[in-house]
Amino acid sequence: MTAAPLLETRDLTIKFGGITAADKVSVRIDAGRNLAIIGPNGAGKTTFLNICTGWIKPSSGKVFFEGEDVTPLPPRKIVKRGVARAFQIPQLFTEHTALENLLISASAREGLRNPLRPMHRIAQRDEMMNLLEMVNCADAANRPVVELSEGQRKLIDIAVALALKPRLLLLDEPTSGVASSEKHKVMEILIAALAKAQVTSVFVEHDMGIVSRHADEVAVWNTGKVQLRGTPHEVLAHPDVIHDVIGEEIA
Amino acid sequence: MSLRETWTEMSASPGLSPRTILTALAVLALVAVPLLAPQLQLLINLALAKGLAVLGVTVILRAGQVSFGHALFFGISAYAGAFLVTAMPGADLVLVLLAGALGAALSGVLVGLFVVRYRGIFFGMLNLAFSMIFWSILEKFYHYTGGADGIRLTRPSVLGQQLGRSEFELVLFYLALALVVGCGWFTLRWLASPAGQLFQTLKTNETRLEYLGLSPRRVLLSGYVLSAVLCGLGGSLMGMTQGVVTPEYVWWVRSAEMVFIAVLGGAGSVRGAFIGALIYEMVRIYASAFAADIWQLLLGVFLLIIILFAPGGIMGIFDRLIGRHRDGGTRA
Repeated sequence: MTAAPLLETRDLTIKFGGITAADKVSVRIDAGRNLAIIGPNGAGKTTFLNICTGWIKPSSGKVFFEGEDVTPLPPRKIVKRGVARAFQIPQLFTEHTALENLLISASAREGLRNPLRPMHRIAQRDEMMNLLEMVNCADAANRPVVELSEGQRKLIDIAVALALKPRLLLLDEPTSGVASSEKHKVMEILIAALAKAQVTSVFVEHDMGIVSRHADEVAVWNTGKVQLRGTPHEVLAHPDVIHDVIGEEIA
Repeated sequence: MSLRETWTEMSASPGLSPRTILTALAVLALVAVPLLAPQLQLLINLALAKGLAVLGVTVILRAGQVSFGHALFFGISAYAGAFLVTAMPGADLVLVLLAGALGAALSGVLVGLFVVRYRGIFFGMLNLAFSMIFWSILEKFYHYTGGADGIRLTRPSVLGQQLGRSEFELVLFYLALALVVGCGWFTLRWLASPAGQLFQTLKTNETRLEYLGLSPRRVLLSGYVLSAVLCGLGGSLMGMTQGVVTPEYVWWVRSAEMVFIAVLGGAGSVRGAFIGALIYEMVRIYASAFAADIWQLLLGVFLLIIILFAPGGIMGIFDRLIGRHRDGGTRA
């Protein structure tokens, strides 16, 4: 008997008005294989992440995490099973500092309830500082996140997700908004950290350089379907991909 | 901003901040009231009871929500005490307080389970609706509730002893002060703790909260029950101080008054809830004595000035005076 894949979707289908955002999407994601999702705008990439995390429900089809059906569960219950998410537009607590955002995440993970212990003194503080250092934001620890650059906020958003110690991390355009000179550096740090923590990642990405360097596999989305899947080498050289995805990127 | 302020307060410990010293002085001044200014004792007692209820509203404000019906818990708690004393004449003060808090907590859970599904105007109005339903029950079921006349809350015993009127009032005054200090301290700690911090994220990002694996509704419910208990303690104290509870306790004007005082004191500020209540009661009593016809107008103008020129409320003005200037927003 082979082990169940980390995440598996079967025939996910959903329509928004006349647009089919997912058209019988069946994807298998194995532990330890970082998957990049590419494709033109409106192809249904973010919708896929939304369905996998329970934010929207497919009209048909199922999502399995570690072999168990999680389709009917709300996001929080899927998160509790080990799926974390970082967003295209960072979803942070805007009245809190960078470090506090992470401390809140750690508090949620550990279910801390003691009303007399200040959050700044929880045992996970050092761990969270290390996480901030890892994403190169240690110097911003005590600054409110609203004062930070979009790039820093993206990284903190990822750190907030990582603080949950997930087994699967879904990232929606992790490097958009990050200064182009830093993109590769950030991704290298991130991929290394994910490998160290044994977290498998699925990331939506528009930068083909990032995809070819950091993904183990690439899936190409087009009009709600998985058009192609393979190693970066195979996929990025495919004439359809060059025409539909990369061509559009250059234009 | 809220957390950092709360945190600095808790952590910057060895050096006493001006705020800590002033808080201690204010408490000491209140302790001395029955000795130095006995004519103010009753007024301040009522203001402290009201302040506890305002603290309940303040907790909800920290989640970015406004309730226009929190007098419900104020009233439920006071009536629970009144029913208890009617059924068990001479019941103990502690028992009255516990019955009230329990009543407020239970109704907080029941009403909370329903209202935490809503936000903004719907949250505020649903709270109002629940309080008005309870108000009409109190008015109409007069065989049980005494209708508009309410129920007399005869003097409970204190730890087994029957006290005379002035001794009982003194006990109530110090009980109110002790509850203010205790509940104020606890609420500050809770707000700075992980549970309180998670509660306050409701104000800024419920999507992220859900993606941290928590139910925003459940998180709101926890703070809602705390706020109900705080309002309830205020209601019990008020009932015992006045010796009678009436449907006016849950009337919507009282709910609005709590929100009014919370904004006046500094929306979201724990100390502001009590300072606001004290100032509000003083202004109300003296304005109605010296300007009987226009005291509401005076209060209205006062609030307008606060909102326009000092959105941080009285605590905001106070912070600026002692040099803790911050950019608007809520304060501890």
